[in-house]
Formats: sequence, C-alpha cells, structure tokens
Amino acid sequence: MLKKRIIPCLDIRDGRTVKGINFIDIRDAGDPVELAKRYVQEGADELVFLDITATHENRKTLSALVEKISREINIPFTVGGGINSLADVSVIIKAGADKVSINSSAVKRPELITEIAEQFGSQCVVVAIDTKFVNNEWIVYVHGGRIPTLLKTMDWVKQVEELGAGEILLTSMNNDGMKTGFALDITNAVSQAVNIPVIASGGAGTKEHFKEVFSQTKASAALAASIFHFGEIPIPDLKNYLQTEKIPVRCL
Amino acid sequence: MQIAIIKYNAGNIKSVENAVKRLGYDCIVTDNPELIRNAEKVIFPGVGEASSAMQYLKKHHLDSLIKSLTQPTLGICLGQQLMCKYSEENDTDCLGIFDADVKKFPPEELVPHMGWNNIENLKSALFNGISDEDNVYFVHSYYAELSQETIATCQYILPFSAAMQKDNFYATQFHPEKSAWVGERILKNFLEL
Repeated sequence: MLKKRIIPCLDIRDGRTVKGINFIDIRDAGDPVELAKRYVQEGADELVFLDITATHENRKTLSALVEKISREINIPFTVGGGINSLADVSVIIKAGADKVSINSSAVKRPELITEIAEQFGSQCVVVAIDTKFVNNEWIVYVHGGRIPTLLKTMDWVKQVEELGAGEILLTSMNNDGMKTGFALDITNAVSQAVNIPVIASGGAGTKEHFKEVFSQTKASAALAASIFHFGEIPIPDLKNYLQTEKIPVRCL
Repeated sequence: MQIAIIKYNAGNIKSVENAVKRLGYDCIVTDNPELIRNAEKVIFPGVGEASSAMQYLKKHHLDSLIKSLTQPTLGICLGQQLMCKYSEENDTDCLGIFDADVKKFPPEELVPHMGWNNIENLKSALFNGISDEDNVYFVHSYYAELSQETIATCQYILPFSAAMQKDNFYATQFHPEKSAWVGERILKNFLEL
C-alpha cells in the first residue's frame, strides 16, 4: 500500500540551516547536511530545502550544497526558493536534486511549469502555493506571502495541473505558525479537485493534526518545519502514532 | 571491481552514481561500448520518456550492446521499462529482454504512483535481508505487467512488476538509490552477485 509521506522542511540561508535545535548527536545543527542526515535516520520520507535568501550571488553556494546533499542523502529531496528560469532548474537538477519547487515565478510566468515538465518530467515540478482566506475566498499570495494576487486558489491549482505540475505544495498562511492544525477545508478541496499529489503545509502542532489531515483530506503528504527542528514531535513517535491510528506510513 | 553506469539522455544518473559510491564502490558513468562490455557490473538507470530514450539508445548503438551483455546488469525505473518488449508510452518498441509489456496506469488513483510502497512476493538474491513489509520509493505513470520474470510485485491500482529478472538481467521499477537503507541493501546485493 502507498504510504502517506512526512516531509520536514529546512530553511536555508547562505548555505546554512536557519533554525534548528542542537540534537545531542549533531555537532552542527546549522549544517543542512548534518540535519538532513538526522531526519533520514529518523524516517523522514522526503526533504524540502527552501533557500530563503535566494539572491543571485548565493546560487553557487546553493548548487554546491545541493551536490553535497545528493552525495549524502538516500531519499528524495526537493529544492526551492528563487528559481525563476529553466536554467536555474537545470543547475539544481544536475547538482542532484530530485525535484524543484517554484512559487512566485510560476504565477509570473505559468509556462515555466510546462517548460520544466517537458525537459525534466512532471515528477520534477512541485508548484508551491501560498494561500490565504480573505473576504470569504482562498486567494494565492506570492513573494513569501507578502503580496496578494488576483488568482483564486481553486482556479490556480487546476491550471498548474494542466500545465504539467507533478505535485502541489499547499501552504495555508492562515494556519502557518499557529500550531492549531492544517487547513482541512482548502486542503480537502484542492486534493479532491486535482489528480496529482497534494502536500499539506502550515499549522502542524500535534501528532493529531497529522492524523486529521490524512483522514479528513486526500493529501498525499504533510510538511512541517519547526515542530521537527525543535524536536517537539520526533518523527519516529509521529509515525508510530499514525500507524496505531491506521494511517499507512513507512515505519523503520 | 569495475562498475559501469550507462550514460544516456535520461536524468537521475548522478543519484545512482552517488548511491554506488556511498556503498564504497567506484564506478564510471559512460557510453563507451568497450568500457560497458568489460565492466563486471552494469547499471542501466533512467528517468524520462520511453520513445526518446529508445531513439537515443539506437542512435548510439547502445540497444544491441545492452541486449548482448552477459555480466549482471541492473535496469532502474525507465531502465526496467525499456528492458521489456513494448511500452504504451508513445507506442514504443523496447529492448525485449523481458517478455512483458509496459502499460499506463488507469486513472483510478493519483497518477503517477509516487512515494513509498512495500514490495511483495520477493524471490531473488536481490532481496536478501528485505521483507515484504519494507518500503521503497516509486515515481512512475507506466508499469510493467506481471510475467514469468517478475521477482517482486507491488500493489497500486493493480498488481505490477516491482522487479524482474531473466538470466543476468535484473531490473527494478522503484529507485533503490532513493530508498534509504532498503534500497542500499538491494544495490549492495546486486553488486555482490
């Protein structure tokens, strides 16, 4: 049986992990490779690395980091942040990433989704969507959630699927950082509307939140950052819990 | 031991190379027929589309070379599909090493089949140390049907060939290089054949 995936997200700035705790047996929690290896050992199913500075100057730092991650990590990983062109994608994929995640650049130029899918395959293209519930409607935001667009989330998800997206990473800005649970309504609506995997993101605070999102929506995966970084929910505990609750997960 | 990874117009080769090196083996990524023929083990990886991959292989005479190999050879993902007779993906005649066709998943669940799934009915030294509860990583929209050569099955929408073997030819639909310790063990088993 296909398993529901648990995906820790690591924020990267200048080649370093932005936030993280000092795991006892990790020498340097700021080293993305060390932290990533730790997550792999704990049973993470995939990893997402988000370059939150993503300036032109540090692209080289990022591709060197991606090469290093690829040498050390034996599970799939996605790289996102500041990817604007097919050339950017090519650098990241050739460095060894399995997938790239694009967000604002896909809104700005939707054909980019098709171009990446045609050159590298749909499975490479994760379209990240930041969405917020305003005036009774779910709207797409860009530029790290700072700028609203005119796009309705339900229209945009169907469009990105048609353009060739392989997965949708859906972050509810209303829930992000609140630790009150995932946005079940929009996650369910989106995962019902498209025939590609949806990764739920934003709001995870307890193990029960993961059970909710997997039992009440069709999400294929759930992503979280701080609860894993700060050790609030160890991944093995989360997976054992989900297995007890009859959610299909990969236990080690 | 000389291990050759066949270089052609398919992605994912870097990950396979890294995985082999993590196991402590050296390997070369090459399309040189001499180096491939003389290697002790050959890996035929692949992510991509069947017809353009077959065209490339034919143009570079790698199709007849692969079929003529006598050392243990492992196809991965698209590699397994290309080792079958025929693929529905753009109506492509393939290498015909395995007596099975490759078909598109009916859209009864999400397609591609993407993520971790367990493999069952394991019957090969490739799976020493692996049980049918262990999970491996898949990403594919087409599958090889079950056949006499199936050495592992997987269930998604329908049962299909997760791995196949005929003589010296082995193949997996999943990505051992992305399947954590389970994948490492399978690659190690292959390299120790």
